[in-house]
Amino acid sequence: MTRIGLYRALMIAAAVLLLEGLCLSGMIDRLTMPPPHRILLDLATILVSGSQNAAILKTLTNASIALALALVLGVVGAVALHGHRSAREILEPLFATYYAVPIFAFYPLLIVLMGLGDAPQIGIGFMLGVVAVIVNTLNGLDRVPRVLRKTARIQRLGMVEIALTVTLPCAAPYVLTGVKFAVAYSLIGVIGAEFIMSRGGMGYEISFAYTNFDNATMYPLILLILAVSIAINAALSRWEKVLLGRRGQ
Amino acid sequence: MAHTSSAHVSLRGVTKVFASATGGAGLQALGPVDVDLRRSEFFAVVGPSGCGKSTLLELIAGLTAATTGSVEFEGRRVAGDIPDGIGVVFQEDACFPWLCVEANVAFGLRKAALAAAAKVRRVREVLDLMGLAEFARAYPAQLSGGMRQRVCIARTLVSEPRLILLDEPFGALDQQTRLLMGEEVLRLWRGTGATVFLITHALDEAAMLADRIAVMSARPGRIIDLIETHWPRERDSHIVERSEFGAVTARLWKSLREESLKTIGRPAGQA
Repeated sequence: MTRIGLYRALMIAAAVLLLEGLCLSGMIDRLTMPPPHRILLDLATILVSGSQNAAILKTLTNASIALALALVLGVVGAVALHGHRSAREILEPLFATYYAVPIFAFYPLLIVLMGLGDAPQIGIGFMLGVVAVIVNTLNGLDRVPRVLRKTARIQRLGMVEIALTVTLPCAAPYVLTGVKFAVAYSLIGVIGAEFIMSRGGMGYEISFAYTNFDNATMYPLILLILAVSIAINAALSRWEKVLLGRRGQ
Repeated sequence: MAHTSSAHVSLRGVTKVFASATGGAGLQALGPVDVDLRRSEFFAVVGPSGCGKSTLLELIAGLTAATTGSVEFEGRRVAGDIPDGIGVVFQEDACFPWLCVEANVAFGLRKAALAAAAKVRRVREVLDLMGLAEFARAYPAQLSGGMRQRVCIARTLVSEPRLILLDEPFGALDQQTRLLMGEEVLRLWRGTGATVFLITHALDEAAMLADRIAVMSARPGRIIDLIETHWPRERDSHIVERSEFGAVTARLWKSLREESLKTIGRPAGQA
């Protein structure tokens, strides 16, 4: 571990210890928040008992579907847009202001269109993630040196082959940045939608536990979401580091 | 310009006009150019900056289409499509940074109708030939500029092109490395029997490497002189020690000086 990494870990540990101290001393009352060690124990109990397995599976599956859709359609859309300047010029203001729009406002509309199943939640997760993928992929494609495209053309590759073997691999670090955003956004979208209107999932369980003062369920589920999101992002960052390292960056 | 029926590459009345962004008259970058490249010859082109040398190379490669005139490679018209049998080495670093050296070279065989084992064998042969075998698993970022250019040359050679186009391939290298790379290119040219078309700024490089050298005018680039060097096919950088080498470079400079002055906005005849 680097010195900076060590300091970062120590800082987090100090914050957790402080929280533990505040909770145990009663400065934060137990009805508001249990001490961190208690949250960990409750999470272990939930995972061992399997009482929330269905909710966890539903949320992670829906977020994965939303992410996969955002990735595939985002990358394909970016490659298509990169080749059509006028279409890109038309859409660029939309991309620039996209995250100023409260996407959750469309949730009732999605429920009307798709019903009360999982589809509207996946739709929200997808809508939140896809533009991050498009914008970052376009950013990466803009940086592909012209000489690499010419080299691919000299090999008599078609447009799809050039995208798959040259431009997208070259833009991979930027695409990966989009993926990192999309992971977070699709989780936020799905869990947020479950909060608003759903009959299951981690968002629904957290909301239900909150209204029933069930801290033994609410906090462990929040911790689990944090852990999943951080673990995926850490894995992607590690991969990004490997990719950039190969390129001497 | 003398035209021969056995020309490997033939350009007739070739011009290139780039459209104006404002919708006005376009910019004529090149031509008209009439020239034939003989099979297996080493042909170099020198000219002032912006005279259309690289455009000429892109026209032959099929990367861009001529506005008027025709380009033929092995008797078939090149009209904006990349013909089979052509390899190009560019001035810029064209190594794929996400691929190791071996994979970079193997990329040149993507379209080759060869069995996987034959491709592996061919890649190994070229890596050996270029002295890159021990760096096969290295990434371009771990190599020097000269070595990265050798990877690009290896990627071009692996497909055994019949026409090799070199667009100032040593432009980013120091003088000593350029001389050594020039020797390597001569060795490869003799070994492969391919026709080589070299674009260069360096008069000494053109004089050392080429059988014939075309001198281009300032924009729009036309061929204003064609010099035969009469070097033996077996040659290396020691050719620069010959008195005839000085005569060739002197003639190149004489043809080029006035054109170069035009590009910096000074009238011909003014020092």
